[in-house]
Amino acid sequence: MLTYILRRLGLAALITVLAVTLLFLIIHMIPGDPVSTMLGPKASPELRAALEARMGLDKPLPVQIGLFFANMLRGDLGMDVFTNRPVTMIVLGQIPHTLVLILFSILWSALLGIALGCYSAVNRNSFGDRLAGVLSVSVIAVPAFVVSLYSLLIFAVKLQWFPAIGAGEPGAWGDQFHHLILPSLAIGLSWVGYIARLVRASMLEVMGEGHVRTARAFGLPERRITYRYALRLAILPTVTVIGVGMGFLLSAAVFTEIVFSRPGLGKLVIDSITTRNYPVVMGSVLFSTLIFVASTTLADIINAILDPRIRAGK
Amino acid sequence: MTDTAIALYKARSELGEIIYHLVRNPLGLAGLIIVVAIVGSALLAPWIAPYDPVAMNIQDRLQGPNAAHLLGTDQIGRDTFSRVIWGGRVALKVALPTIAGAVAFGLLLGMIAGYGPKWLDSLIVLFFDTVRSFPTVMFALAVVALVGPSLNTVIFVIMVTSIPTYGRVVRTLTQSLKQSEFITAERSLGAKVPRIMGIHILPNVLGPLAVLAAMDIPTVVGLEAGLSFLGMGVKPPTPSWGVLLADGYALIRNTPWLIIAGGIPLILTTLGFTFLGEALRDVVDPKLRGKGGK
Amino acid sequence: MAVLDIRDLSVSYSTPRGSLRALRNVSLTVPEGKIVGIVGESGCGKSTLISSIIRLMAPNARVGSGEVRFKGADLLARSEAEMRALRGTEISMVFQDPMQTHNPVLTVGQQMVDIQYRDKKPKAEKLKRAAEMLALVGIPDPEARLNQYPFEFSGGMRQRIAIAMALMARPALLIADEPTTALDATLEVQIIKRLKELQDEIGCGVLFISHHLGVIAELCDEVVVMYAGEVVESGTVRDVFHNPAHPYTAALLDCDPGHIKVKTRVLPTIPGNIPDLVNLPKGCIFADRCDKRHRACDTRPALWTARAGHRAACHLIAERETA
Repeated sequence: MLTYILRRLGLAALITVLAVTLLFLIIHMIPGDPVSTMLGPKASPELRAALEARMGLDKPLPVQIGLFFANMLRGDLGMDVFTNRPVTMIVLGQIPHTLVLILFSILWSALLGIALGCYSAVNRNSFGDRLAGVLSVSVIAVPAFVVSLYSLLIFAVKLQWFPAIGAGEPGAWGDQFHHLILPSLAIGLSWVGYIARLVRASMLEVMGEGHVRTARAFGLPERRITYRYALRLAILPTVTVIGVGMGFLLSAAVFTEIVFSRPGLGKLVIDSITTRNYPVVMGSVLFSTLIFVASTTLADIINAILDPRIRAGK
Repeated sequence: MTDTAIALYKARSELGEIIYHLVRNPLGLAGLIIVVAIVGSALLAPWIAPYDPVAMNIQDRLQGPNAAHLLGTDQIGRDTFSRVIWGGRVALKVALPTIAGAVAFGLLLGMIAGYGPKWLDSLIVLFFDTVRSFPTVMFALAVVALVGPSLNTVIFVIMVTSIPTYGRVVRTLTQSLKQSEFITAERSLGAKVPRIMGIHILPNVLGPLAVLAAMDIPTVVGLEAGLSFLGMGVKPPTPSWGVLLADGYALIRNTPWLIIAGGIPLILTTLGFTFLGEALRDVVDPKLRGKGGK
Repeated sequence: MAVLDIRDLSVSYSTPRGSLRALRNVSLTVPEGKIVGIVGESGCGKSTLISSIIRLMAPNARVGSGEVRFKGADLLARSEAEMRALRGTEISMVFQDPMQTHNPVLTVGQQMVDIQYRDKKPKAEKLKRAAEMLALVGIPDPEARLNQYPFEFSGGMRQRIAIAMALMARPALLIADEPTTALDATLEVQIIKRLKELQDEIGCGVLFISHHLGVIAELCDEVVVMYAGEVVESGTVRDVFHNPAHPYTAALLDCDPGHIKVKTRVLPTIPGNIPDLVNLPKGCIFADRCDKRHRACDTRPALWTARAGHRAACHLIAERETA
């Protein structure tokens, strides 16, 4: 188990390094550069040179990448152009808002999706199964920001059941939860459908396998077969998908944070782009990549805990 | 009959078969109708849109739906219905090259990874995993921060981040096909790699890929609209659905119909292509089609 | 008294093509403490027969007629709850593919404890019982191996575990569905020997399905030959294998490599295919492939008695007696 975790963490580190390098390369390949982004086109050459030197942009590309990694390891992602505060602090200050939103969205949508998927698999081809199927397919692809806008319009503006703006008063748990409901509804809705379809398909596959027949032949109660013998296997692909899904959720969170004017990583990036605060944009992108890599790694590790075959590398 | 004629005949009857099965499935039929309607109105926009989508008419600003303006007007009096129809053009203009590019690169890399030597395979898979580790929107925003918002930026970013999705599927399919008996036989007879790729692997990979592409169109359309909504995609006054929603968002407390009108085509597009994709998958993958009763 | 007494059982599947009549008027008996073998090609209805006995049938299966009497009472008349109470206690099963039999993510010990869920004993005692059973089927160091997962065992070991699980509750009837088909020959012999020893000790009746005639001859007391959903011949192993009364049995024996005495380069086969079970032929079910076909074969033969306890569904027997 420990070897598996170490191997998986090694891979995660490798992918992070490669991702950052790739990001650097792409930024250098495309037209446009950080300095003119930050200073605007009318800046004097002296000013440009000074800023380039300060950010290390006058050095060759490999040196820049090396420097960036060295700084990253020290937690130094540069300074905010306006306030001169460390970017790391600014980004870390916003991450909890985004993480709470994403985790809560995943939690409710996974629970509901797994329950629906199990129901559909057990009552296959029943009316409920067909209804769940059509509804799932319908919500899977609807963009999160459209759901955000519609739910904002209906539940916050028209019915006024929920607040439209912000994340709630700091420290007031009930208020914060109240502010969390609509955004996480918007982010999680398509996931309910997606997870329900996935769980249904893998449940049906597992229920047809030999070991389920064995369990039945030994007279085990059907409920125990479904939840202890089948679901435990059927959940494995779902865990992987949720891990990978963090990337999509981070993307969805950007829109939702803007629509509901919630603080968080997404709002930080958009605000920083409009103010040409380039170091903060890069810092946020970097952190969101880190979160994504961490979540896929975590999903793989959870799968290894659930499935002894993965641990053994089979 | 010549070989090409036979192949053509076969392809035509297969296409007929696919359409037959699609139309028999109620969801597939619904999807097909929606997709044809949206694509058709986007193509015919210059002829069927009642107004110029960017023509301002301050006197008629912020009207609700009425006979002259089916979906009302925005804050500078532009006809929302015309903008919705023209918006479909923008959506397609982004979706088609993006998906075509992603499919082409995905096919190339996936077939090389699936058929080529082990080291190359590992390298390409590592590349896929790396690209996949950027959250798409965050990556797009990083690029937009440097080069500024534009249609091409959106296409470039979504294409790059979609390549792994197609590449991984092609790789898996190629690997399993490589092991199959008929290809082993061809190889033992000394067939060249391009022949095996072109004649045996490509046709077998295209079906699943088409399904994937159909299911991916809503994602791309949604991303384009989303980025445009954020002001990081298509620039106003170009009538993107996302721009429409952004205009509506600014006026959400006064004129809700702008948001409603901007969201409906997006929802319809996603529903249409998803239904179509689901139905296509059932047709293309007979294994799944038979999965009803023993 | 017979442990299992199947009378006149007919089962069909509803398919898009129509009703597929998988079993037709099947009768067979497993006497207490005896091992009865069932022989037949794939598609002969063996699997349908087993699933009808333990009542774990496909949703589209329907019992047309007949009785499945277990210790004298008809299983087909029982409620699902009553059936479940029998499964794993009075009637247990060993399946064909040992690689598929066990849940891959639970330890062997956990699965062996789970099937004792009816006993109100502490878990430690259940584990002890599981270890005893593993030792009995010849698995070394059983206590340690209880903590392992199925993928850590070889196919032969997994089939031993399956047998241990099936016999743990000392059932009255064991149904073994081609338990050694997936294993290689030396393992097969070992497992058959062990199974016979355990059966002797427990004294249960066994219904042993196989297409391997050598195994049936080795293990069984009686044998039932099935073809296309019907019993075509039944009797003691000695009678059936030495004096086959049905041309199908004779052909099967001719095809068995163990029986071929004359050296030949081409292995014999039975020409033709199993008839369509949706549109059954009018007369004898085997007539199309039979080298002794004659006019009488256009009508269905009954199960005639060739000699005491040896019956076959062939007109030749009746004709021999009247001649």
